[in-house]
Amino acid sequence: MKDVITLKDIAVSFDGETILDGLDLSIHDGEFVTLLGPSGCGKTTTLRIIGGFITPDRGDVFFGDQRVNNVPPHKRQVNTIFQRYALFPHLNVYENVAFGMRVQKKKKAEIAETVEKMLALVNLKGFEKRAVSTLSGGQQQRVAIARALANNPKVLLLDEPLAALDLKLRKDMQVELKNIQKSLGITFVYVTHDQEEALSMSDTVVVMDGGRIQQIGTPTDIYNEPQNAFVADFIGESNILDGVMREDYKVEFFGKEFRCVDFGFEKDEPVDVVVRPEDIDIVEPEKGDLIGRVTNITFKGVHYEIIVDVKGFKWMIQTTDFHAVDSVIGIMIDPQEIQVMKKSEYSGLYGDYSSFSEEFDGLADPEAENGAAQ
Amino acid sequence: MKTLSRIYNVIIFGLLYFPIIMVIVFSFNSARYTPMEWKDFSLQWYEKLFQNEEILNALSVTLQVALISTLAATVIGTLAAIGIHAMNRKLRRVMLTINNFPMVNPEVVSGVAFMLLFVALAAVLPVFKPGFFTLCIAHVTFCTPYVVLQIMPKLRQTDGRLYEAALDLGCTPLQAFFKVTIPEILPGILTGALMAFTMSLDDFAISYFTAGSSAQTLSVTIYSMVKRPVTPEIYALSTLLFGTVFVLLLLANIGQVRDISRRSKRARR
Ligand SMILES: Nc1ncnc2c1ncn2[C@@H]1O[C@H](COP(=O)(O)OP(=O)(O)OP(=O)(O)O)[C@@H](O)[C@H]1O
Ligand SMILES: [Mg+2]
Repeated sequence: MKDVITLKDIAVSFDGETILDGLDLSIHDGEFVTLLGPSGCGKTTTLRIIGGFITPDRGDVFFGDQRVNNVPPHKRQVNTIFQRYALFPHLNVYENVAFGMRVQKKKKAEIAETVEKMLALVNLKGFEKRAVSTLSGGQQQRVAIARALANNPKVLLLDEPLAALDLKLRKDMQVELKNIQKSLGITFVYVTHDQEEALSMSDTVVVMDGGRIQQIGTPTDIYNEPQNAFVADFIGESNILDGVMREDYKVEFFGKEFRCVDFGFEKDEPVDVVVRPEDIDIVEPEKGDLIGRVTNITFKGVHYEIIVDVKGFKWMIQTTDFHAVDSVIGIMIDPQEIQVMKKSEYSGLYGDYSSFSEEFDGLADPEAENGAAQ
Repeated sequence: MKTLSRIYNVIIFGLLYFPIIMVIVFSFNSARYTPMEWKDFSLQWYEKLFQNEEILNALSVTLQVALISTLAATVIGTLAAIGIHAMNRKLRRVMLTINNFPMVNPEVVSGVAFMLLFVALAAVLPVFKPGFFTLCIAHVTFCTPYVVLQIMPKLRQTDGRLYEAALDLGCTPLQAFFKVTIPEILPGILTGALMAFTMSLDDFAISYFTAGSSAQTLSVTIYSMVKRPVTPEIYALSTLLFGTVFVLLLLANIGQVRDISRRSKRARR
């Protein structure tokens, strides 16, 4: 497939602080690419480089084959939906959507036709004369989408467009955005720090942290085959264990050898081992590969989440059966559920649930709450 | 306690406004000379006023200077405010202090300073001989800080992303400036212009030192008329001047209050 945008070895720093560090990224035509990462990891900065609002200190930006490092924003064939919409408060809905076409001096009839089409697309018919300040968050969001799409961009950049919306509306808008992207065939570069949103909407997910790309892949690749402890921990829940690769298809942890499907490591190479909480089978203690004691159980609706102490390491396991606190259980893991990763700077930082407490859930998404309060 | 503070207020405002009220009242008196003594209501001093060449001339100079200096100060002040806004915090504070200084500097000092400057310049460039031109320059100079001061808070409230959004939608930087930045700060520009106009009408000290004999403003004319036997004509003139400035300031305030309430309404959504 053709690449519409290529970033090559991009580096940016503000006030001597490195924000992006050697970013390489290719975006295919018609693709839905998501930049996913914690707050402050450089997602917005990456979008602003593509939009032309920041010139990188190092590296090149290509649109197709053309190097565009020095092309100003208004000459770039991309449009942005900003983190806080940035609708023009002195213009009504119609004029906001028409803005780009007015700048291009399009004919009046053509403008009217496009605005009508765009407002229909985002379900805002009849809102033409409204002041944007009288709209709800979700409606402002739609105006921002219509305004960007009215310019007929090749690539649409979206910076956490749904962060300020409540959960229900966010889910609806996710579906709508995905439909718009498919029906118009536009390339979307979408920024979010919500992993669920990233997995459900994207063709390709780019996981970022600390100004660097940690992994690029399809949602299933990212989830099933994380490349380091950061990705494993950031996407879903993971138990991450210290292990040693004894030979191809054989990894040892907790002093026990397990069969696995990974190969190509050095003999006796130290590795990180990921096991997802939903991939662990609970059996009778005597039948298990490992034996542990339940220290905590939480009802989550579809399943229970239990914390199991195995020789001092706390595992998280998801199960549909109830297991009382202090009961002893056996753990079994299928070879294909074991993901072996090279050691990285993130090794040992994540993946142990010994500090587990339910309050953590409440802290999980501070950005979304901030947004909603706006 | 409450009544006490009320009485206090009445006394203060009485002291402040009593002389002005006296001037207004006696501008409608038909008696000619001081000591002041009320005779009949009459508009004769206003009639006389508008037949007085000297005063009409001064009025026209005043209005021209006010219009020209308002226009220039508004443009310069708007650009300056945008420039200052884009600076980093330290530099911005320095620039704002420099901007505010002329407003607190004693006007007589500014006036004398302008006079010296123009005299020195006139030796080389004859245009700087005290007159209409120097008057305009001086007025632009002391009006501009007021414009800057009115626009700065507007810029601070404006979302910087709006300008970027305009660029994103295809505007050149200049188009984005006129289509987005200016409309956003327009209330500030208008109150700034109104303030500048008022200050220009209002000014005496600086005009006195920079006008020369060829172009006298109203306030300077009033001053020179006072040296001769005072006629109630001056009361009439003062009343008109006071009324105009009062109305202008009122307009500026109303504009500000409206803008604030609109902003807070917007913020509440
Ligand atoms: N103009 C700037 N000047 C100085 N530092 C900046 C500037 N813009 C961004 N930064 C810093 O760069 C880092 C990355 O910012 P960026 O906005 O790209 O993060 P992000 O991934 O979009 O985060 P979020 O999810 O919170 O929006 C942050 O530490 C931020 O403080
Ligand atoms: Mg951001």
